[in-house]
Parts: sequence; C-alpha cells; structure tokens
Amino acid sequence: MPATFTRTTQVEPERRDTGIGGKPPVDRRPTGGGGEGDNWDNRPSGRRGPRELLTRYRLAMTFALAGDMMFFVALVSAFFVRQSSGHIDGGNNYVSDWHPLSVPPILWLNTAVLVLSSLTIEIARRQLFREIDVMEEWFGLGKPTVRRATPWLIVTGGLGLIFVAGQWIAWQQLYAQGLFYSANPNSNFFYLITGTHALHLVLGLMAIGFALAALYMLKRIEYRQIAVDCTAWYWHAMGVFWIFLFGLLAFFQ
Amino acid sequence: MSPDPGASGKTWQANLDALAPPGSRSARERPQRPWVFSTDHRVIGIQYLLLSLVTVAVGTILSLVMRIHLVWPQLALPFFGLLKPEDYLALVTLHGTLMVFFVLTTAPLSGFANLVLPEQIGARQMALPMANAISFWLTALALLVLLGAVAVPGGAPTAGWTAYPPFSAIDAAGPGQALGMDLWLVSLAIFCISSWLAAVNFLVTIVGGRCEGMALMRMPLTVWSWLVASLLVLVSFSVLLAALLLLFSDRHFGTSFFIPMGDLVAGHVHMQGDGSPLLWLHLFWFFGHPEVYIAVLPGMGITSSLLANFSRRPVFGYPMMTATTVLIGLLGLIVWGHHMFVSGMNPYAGTAFALTTMAIAIPSTAKVLSWLGTLWGGGLRLTTPMLFSMGFVSLFIAGGLTGPILAQPALDAYLHNTYFVVAHFHLIMAMAAVFSVFAGVYYWFPLTSGRLMNESLGKLHFWCTLIGAYGTFFPMHFAGLAGEPRHYSQLAGTTAALQSLLPLQRGITYAAIFLGAAQFLFLANLVCSVRKGKPSPPNPWQATTLEWASVDRMVDVNFQRAQSPESATASKRQGWRVYRGPYEYGLRPDRSDFIMQCDSGANPE
Repeated sequence: MPATFTRTTQVEPERRDTGIGGKPPVDRRPTGGGGEGDNWDNRPSGRRGPRELLTRYRLAMTFALAGDMMFFVALVSAFFVRQSSGHIDGGNNYVSDWHPLSVPPILWLNTAVLVLSSLTIEIARRQLFREIDVMEEWFGLGKPTVRRATPWLIVTGGLGLIFVAGQWIAWQQLYAQGLFYSANPNSNFFYLITGTHALHLVLGLMAIGFALAALYMLKRIEYRQIAVDCTAWYWHAMGVFWIFLFGLLAFFQ
Repeated sequence: MSPDPGASGKTWQANLDALAPPGSRSARERPQRPWVFSTDHRVIGIQYLLLSLVTVAVGTILSLVMRIHLVWPQLALPFFGLLKPEDYLALVTLHGTLMVFFVLTTAPLSGFANLVLPEQIGARQMALPMANAISFWLTALALLVLLGAVAVPGGAPTAGWTAYPPFSAIDAAGPGQALGMDLWLVSLAIFCISSWLAAVNFLVTIVGGRCEGMALMRMPLTVWSWLVASLLVLVSFSVLLAALLLLFSDRHFGTSFFIPMGDLVAGHVHMQGDGSPLLWLHLFWFFGHPEVYIAVLPGMGITSSLLANFSRRPVFGYPMMTATTVLIGLLGLIVWGHHMFVSGMNPYAGTAFALTTMAIAIPSTAKVLSWLGTLWGGGLRLTTPMLFSMGFVSLFIAGGLTGPILAQPALDAYLHNTYFVVAHFHLIMAMAAVFSVFAGVYYWFPLTSGRLMNESLGKLHFWCTLIGAYGTFFPMHFAGLAGEPRHYSQLAGTTAALQSLLPLQRGITYAAIFLGAAQFLFLANLVCSVRKGKPSPPNPWQATTLEWASVDRMVDVNFQRAQSPESATASKRQGWRVYRGPYEYGLRPDRSDFIMQCDSGANPE
C-alpha cells in the first residue's frame, strides 16, 4: 500500500452555527447514547436479585449514620471549644475551670466489651450470607442461617447490655466521687458524651431485639438479611464512634 | 400546538392506579390504613404543602401584627390589648421560627420532592415510604408543640429564631423564657429528627431509585437541587440537634456551655462556669447558613426547570447548573461566620468567612446568568408559573446583590442588626423562595388535580405580590442605611433620627398589608380550582420531564434488575426508559417543539 494518509472515519458534514437563540442539535439516534442494553450506570452484571433491596437499605444506613456522625462531631467540637474557654478574674489572671478528669478504669473494660460485641455481631451477620445456607433457605429446606445467627446475636445483645451496665457503674463511681453532671464542665461532657452514646447503644439493643424477632417472623431470607445486616452496620458504627469518643475522653481532657 | 404524542388523557389519579402492580403486596396483604396516614408520597407531599400553607398564613398574620404595631403602637390588638415590647419579641420569634422551619424547609424540599421526585426520576415510589410518612407526622407534631408554646404560662419565647444565649439559656432572663423556651427547643428537636428522616429517604431514592437511562446528568435540575439540599439537611440539622441538647442542658442541668462566668441576669449572678455564647453562635450558624440554602436551592431548581419549559429552550449550560448547585451546597457549609462578624470572634476568622462568602457569589451569579441565558431569545409563554419563576429571578438578583455588601465585615459592622439585613433575607427567602413555591404550585396543580388554576386570577396574584414584595422590602434598605435597628417594637419614643423614618415605615406597612391581602387571590384560586377549575390536558405545559408522561409511555423493559427471584422469571416488566436529557425544548418547529425524556425519537411522528 502506498504510504498515503487516508481518512478512516467519515467526515462529518459541517454543521451550520446556529448562534445565540438558535435551536440546539437534535439527537436523532434511536438509542440513548451508548445503545440499548448499555451498562450506563456501571452496575455489576450477573446474579443480583435480592441484592437490590439490601443495597438500598445499606445506602439508607450510610446516610443516616453520616448524619449521626455530624451530631457527635458537633459535641466533640463543643468539647474542644469549652476546653479552651476561660475568663479574666478580678486580679487580671486568666482562670480556666477545666479540671481534667481521669476516666474510671471500668471504661477500658467497657471498650473491650464493645469491641468484642462488634466481633460477635459481625459473625452473626456473616451467618446470614453464606451461599450454601442461603440456598437451603431459599429452597425451603429449613433455616440454617437463623440457627447459626441467633446465638451470636444473643451474645451481642448480652455484651451490649454489659456495656450499658458498665457505663452506669462508671457514672455511679463518678457520682460517688462528687463528680455529678453539673459539677464542672468536663464532667458535663463526660456524662453528655457517654450518655448520648449509651442512648444510641440502647437503640441498637432494641434493633438487635427486633432483628432477633425478625429472624423468626419474617418469611423471606432477603428481609432477614436486611434486618441483621443493617443492625450490624449500625452496631459497628456505634463501636467506631465509641472508640473515638473514648479516646477523646481518655486522652484529650 | 400539536398535542403531546401518545397522550391518552389519563389523569394523575389514573396513572396512580395504573402503576400499582397487580396483586401486589400492598393491595393484598397490608391492612387498609386510613387515607390520612398513607405512605404514598403524593399524599404526603400534599400534606406537607397544606401544613406549609397553614403555617405561612399564621406567620404572615404575625408579621402584619408586627408591622402595624411598629408604626401605630397605640393600637390595641383585639382580644389581647396593647402590645408590650416583649410581646413584639415573641411575635418576632414565632414569625421567624414558623417561616424558616415550617414553611421554607418543608414546602420547597419535602413538599415538592414528595410530590414529584419519584416520577421525575422514573421510580414508582420513594425508597423508604414508612420513614417518609413518619417524618411528616413528626413535623406536624413539632408544629403543634411550637404553637403550644403560645398557650403556656409565661407565653411564647422572646429570644428570636436564633435563640442566642445567655438570654435563651436562663429561665428568668425574660418573659416566655421558661416553659415557652423549652417547648421551642423540644419542637425544633422533633423537627430535626423529622427532617433527617426525610433527607435520608430522598437521598436513597435519588441515588438508588433512578430508572433505566436516568443518568445523573440526565436528571432534572429540581432533582439535583433536592439531592444537594438533602445532603445539607443531613449535615446541618444534626449539629442543630447537638446545640439544642447543650442549650437544654444549660437550662435544666446546671451546666454552662453557653453561660459566661459571673453573668448577672435578673438579679442573679451565674457562676456555673466559663461558657461562651460564641459557642452557640458557631453551632447555630453552622446549621443556620446551610438552612437558608436548603430553603433556596429547590427554588433554584424549580426556576431552572420552569424557565426552560416556558421559554421552549434547554437550560443554558446544564452541566454548569449541576456544578453550581453542588458548589453552592458545599460552599454553604463554610460561610457561617458571616452571621457573626460583630460577635467578638477573631477578626481574622471574619476575613476568612468574608472570602468564602464572596466566593459563594460566583456560582450564584453563574446561575443567574444561566436563567437569563435560558430566557434570551426564547418564545416566552407568559403563564402564571412562568411569571413567578421570572419573579424569582428578579427577587433573587435584588436580594442577592446586597449579599456581597453584607459580606464585608467593615460594612457589616454598621449594617448588622439593621433593617438592611432584614431587607436582604426577606427579598431572598421570604419573597424569592416563596415565589418558587407559588410557581411550583401553579405548575404542578394540573398534575395533582387534573385541573388548571385560573390564569387571570393567577396573573393578578403575581403582579400584586411582586409589587407588594418590592414595596414592602425594598424601602427597608434605606431604613437600614439610616441606621434603624431590628427588633425595635416601636419608633415612637426613640431618637428624632429614627422617628424621621416613621413615614418610610408606614409606607412599608401599607405595602405589607397590600401584600398580605393579595394572597387571598391565591387562596381563592386554589380552593375554587380544585373543584371547578378547567380540566387540564395530560401535559398542559408541554414539558419534557417524566412526571408529565402518561403511563402508556412506559416501555417493556426486560427488567434485569429484578427486585425478587420470582420476577426474574417474568418475561416482561413495565418500567420507565429514559433516552435523553431533561430539557429538550425548542426543536422540530413544525411539529411539537419538544421531546419528552422517555421518548426514544426512533419513530419521529
């Protein structure tokens, strides 16, 4: 072949410049851009099915937890602002009323319990997603996922209760030392931060109870997966929040 | 004009019935719930809009009482008597709280998104219908609690919608600051949770519920605005909830997050601790500024869509409009300090916030240019929704131009807490955002009821409201420049300089009464058109977006993404299939000059 340059693509006929106020070009192609059956949203193909609803609920959980995280972020920033607030007294001295308090040692135990509970609920969550068991349930050959997940969920609930009880004991210990809620600003934050976190955890315990009930009441494996999965992710999030909050209270006073 | 191709004359209700899958779980298994507790998003949307309508009526009456008292303080309020300054402040508080939260956060976002969001993205329903219903009823509960604050001993709170401590943190600080303030806090806390639920619902629907072919860059700009506004709700309302919790704790549990040491209030020195009111300001305005963008972004989206519709032109620079929507949302999170220039915060922080506030003027201006560019050269159809959208642009420019002025700390040092600020935010929020709500109501009325609202009455309503709006709020700029402070219950008995502004304020009051009265035109139109309005064709505005497409246009989509294993075996499934962008107007002048999003165009008529 002679070494000529040939156009391999069709030359587009030059379009008339419509100018301002002119009509935009019409897309007369019969298909939408990439053609029919285009993977326009890049979703993984293959066996999906029940995954749709689960992804949707996980997305809802992500957004909800993001908002919740902002709540704790606001409390933490208030913590830092309060920590550096003081006033000038009559003798022109800068006085700060921030008295760092050392966290009751039981809080370390509580943290370990919460981390362990995250582990157990993760194991429970994974029982719901084992291929073989899911197929068995789907065929109606019993409920192996329920049998496997239930004890782990119960253990998680128990550990959660131990955590909340431990928090309560920590509060009792502080109160016995005279550090009640309004004693000084850092005790404010201690009770406030541990209190709101414990409230979230109690909601999580209710969710675990609901998930346990759902395991026995809901008829389809997909819905049971969603119930346990969302509860598990919420629980993990509360655990992660606690690690940060505990770190704040223990090391940043 | 040639009719919408494939139109079958089906009304919205018929669409609703046709879309319910046969033998669905909802029809068969679920027990019949009373209509008012329905989880159908369209019903919830109407409920939200009705709640906002009632609230805006109450808020407007409150503002008229304020205006009349300001210029004629000697007049007694019927059944109440003479207004004392603290009563005036209670009116200010209630007016602000009702309008900002229960009108401007509910109607543009929750109201309209519930009405048309799923249809606009081709979904059949919202992602979390139960959460949606719960969020409406929590909003209603919050409204009741707030209105209950008026009836308790001590009366309504007087701390303003911003509730600055230490005034708001101490029960004895003023009348209405005891139980009334607590109810205000409780009401807003409930409102935070309800908005949060609604935002999660919208986000999951938009991100996960779009139909075939509905790429993000093919969504109508209304959906983009609801997406960004929902993200802002998620981020900002959580911070408000934390702030409310801390304030509640200060009031009842002896803490001192916000009360400074040694503060003398009502004869009692507060030695609780080294709190700082500045902390509240930071927390509140971190919420408060995104809040106003939540109020105005959906209005911007509605305006873009309607201007395109009625100019028969695509939106000028659609990718830019999506980018500016996101940018305004993001920047809106880092400008909160411009409410605090004179609060005593670090002046260098003031400089930083001034810069970010001026930066946010750029995407806002880009949006204005896009609206003007969409209008330019279009064959304008001056229907009522179009007039209100153009009114939005006008008021947004008028109110927005004073934004960069107030963004200068040096200028704000003088103008803060004067009527200049009142003029700025009322033109933008009270008028522009409300104009977008009016536009949306006139526009989507045929969709919900199958009837058109009366055009002549609508046009009269528009002109009266526009003239009333400018007449009320524009002169406030001059009052502010003359130095008139906000929240003064009357000018009589003040300095001669302020009293010389009385004629100006009287003029404003007359205009405000005119503006309030003009809204009766809207109410009459609404009420009469529901029953006796002219029946509307299926797509009366000849719009391209999916909510106007009749259900016959759904295609047999081989539904690969099956929701359940059973339907994977079903051969065909009805769904929406979108082939093009949302604003294909102004084409094919010889036939219908638009192509709907679901129209493949494979068979040109």
